[in-house]
Amino acid sequence: MRDAPEARPAQPKRSWAWLGVVPFFLFTFLFLLYPSSTIVTRSFRELGKGAFTFDNIIALFKSPYILGAYWISIKISLITAVGGAIFGFLLAYAAIRGGLPSFVRLSLLTFCGVASNFAGVPLAFAFIALLSPSGMLINWIKLTGYNPYFHGFTLYTQWGLSLVYMYFQFPLMVLIIAPAIDGLRREWLEASQNLGASSAQYWRHVAFPILLPSLLGTMILLFGNAFGAIATAQALTGGSINLVTIVIGSELRGDVLGNKGVGYALALGMVVIMAFAITGYTVLQRRTERWLR
Amino acid sequence: MKIRGKVWAWFLIILGVLYFFLPLLATFMFSLRARLGVLSFQSYINVFNDPKFVKSFSFSILWATLTIMVGILLFVPTAFWVRLKVPKARAAIEFITLIPFVVPVIVYTFGLVRTYSHPPLLIVNSPILIVAAYTILSMPYLYRAVDIGLRSIDVRTLTEAAQSLGAGWGTVLFKIIIPNIRVSILNGAFLSFAIVVGELVLAQYLVKPAFAPYMATLMQNRAYEPAALAVISFALTWACMGIISIIGRGSGQAQVGGGH
Repeated sequence: MRDAPEARPAQPKRSWAWLGVVPFFLFTFLFLLYPSSTIVTRSFRELGKGAFTFDNIIALFKSPYILGAYWISIKISLITAVGGAIFGFLLAYAAIRGGLPSFVRLSLLTFCGVASNFAGVPLAFAFIALLSPSGMLINWIKLTGYNPYFHGFTLYTQWGLSLVYMYFQFPLMVLIIAPAIDGLRREWLEASQNLGASSAQYWRHVAFPILLPSLLGTMILLFGNAFGAIATAQALTGGSINLVTIVIGSELRGDVLGNKGVGYALALGMVVIMAFAITGYTVLQRRTERWLR
Repeated sequence: MKIRGKVWAWFLIILGVLYFFLPLLATFMFSLRARLGVLSFQSYINVFNDPKFVKSFSFSILWATLTIMVGILLFVPTAFWVRLKVPKARAAIEFITLIPFVVPVIVYTFGLVRTYSHPPLLIVNSPILIVAAYTILSMPYLYRAVDIGLRSIDVRTLTEAAQSLGAGWGTVLFKIIIPNIRVSILNGAFLSFAIVVGELVLAQYLVKPAFAPYMATLMQNRAYEPAALAVISFALTWACMGIISIIGRGSGQAQVGGGH
């Protein structure tokens, strides 16, 4: 008996399927990856000569103007991230678990969807109409004989700007934290009550640890959200608060730093901080998902 | 205990409602004061009669429409193809679609302008650049919307069924896939629309006529007209989000805003 003829080794079939994603990669390379990567490469390059250097990065840390810009950006982002997270969480919890009629929850989520997308020039204007020296609320308060502007209040500094940023910060918190609050099962509360836990103990040992990654993660996202913002601040203060974004904007307009390389390094610094923020958010959000299914 | 909790809940909600509506109310009231002593819609009339408003607004709508068209033509076939044929590319593509979250708009604009304002890459003044840039800005939303849509249908079975009935790729894409995920596409499209129409920074630095820069300029030299514009702009955002929540009912996707 003869052996069956050996099967021919399968021809490695060349697949051309990858060609289908070429347009996407080409497009994103041209209009996203390449322009963004120039920020990285030129941050490390000597002006004109093109030799590798750390000078631009070092210059960032030597300039009080730039450090000040980073500091105020970070401060405002921190204030509004923590503030937005606390208020957003309380609001979401009140609407979802506060025993309120169900329309409250639905309308809250709808409003938050709109408000988290409402920013920039119109937002700045809305707060000017409300809280500028002749704004509606200030006029109302003035009727009582008290003028906040005589007592240190002003809309055009970092606290005022923070107040405005809160308008898109806390709605974002509500939108992202709502599923996490939904995921807190009633059984957990009942179980801890059956075991004799007080409300404080339930929060301390059950609810809070479960919500913590989600709270922290969203806070980090809010930080990034405020850190990258420019339009609102520019419209509100006309650029008088030197946020990093605003400094980058002026650098792009007219080389205010006097050194193009430092401008690139400034932008790179923002990307690095944002990358940390988004990575932190992603990692923490993944941790949350373990509990929420 | 229960009653107290409820009181707190209402208190917080009312606080939230005040915070949400007072600035809008102030803007609206302000926009009605263009005529001395009486409430009127004069500022709105002025705005609509301003040829610059008509021009900048039409341009914004043009940018948004082109952006959505380019986005759909680019992202739908890509997401479809990745799902069907090259799942290996998936991680890379997802990573790329999230980059606009990491690179703030002003930094992106900075890179774009610096890259494309010198020969041989002098296209900074071309409308191509702004449409491409807007497509990139809306990519995280549009691509993800499309991808979520594709996840909810059985792409492979639908494609094979269509092909065994003699359909070509074009027919599969435009007559089978797109109609099946149209809700997701519309979702992403309206969000992109809201983002592009409200976008200030790119239009400003690429020096293109658009709604937000027009509004920013007007804010510096007029009093009541910007209020009217703010109200119009809010109504527009509201309309876009309203449409999204109606067409995407039940999907419950949290949308992260852009262009702050």
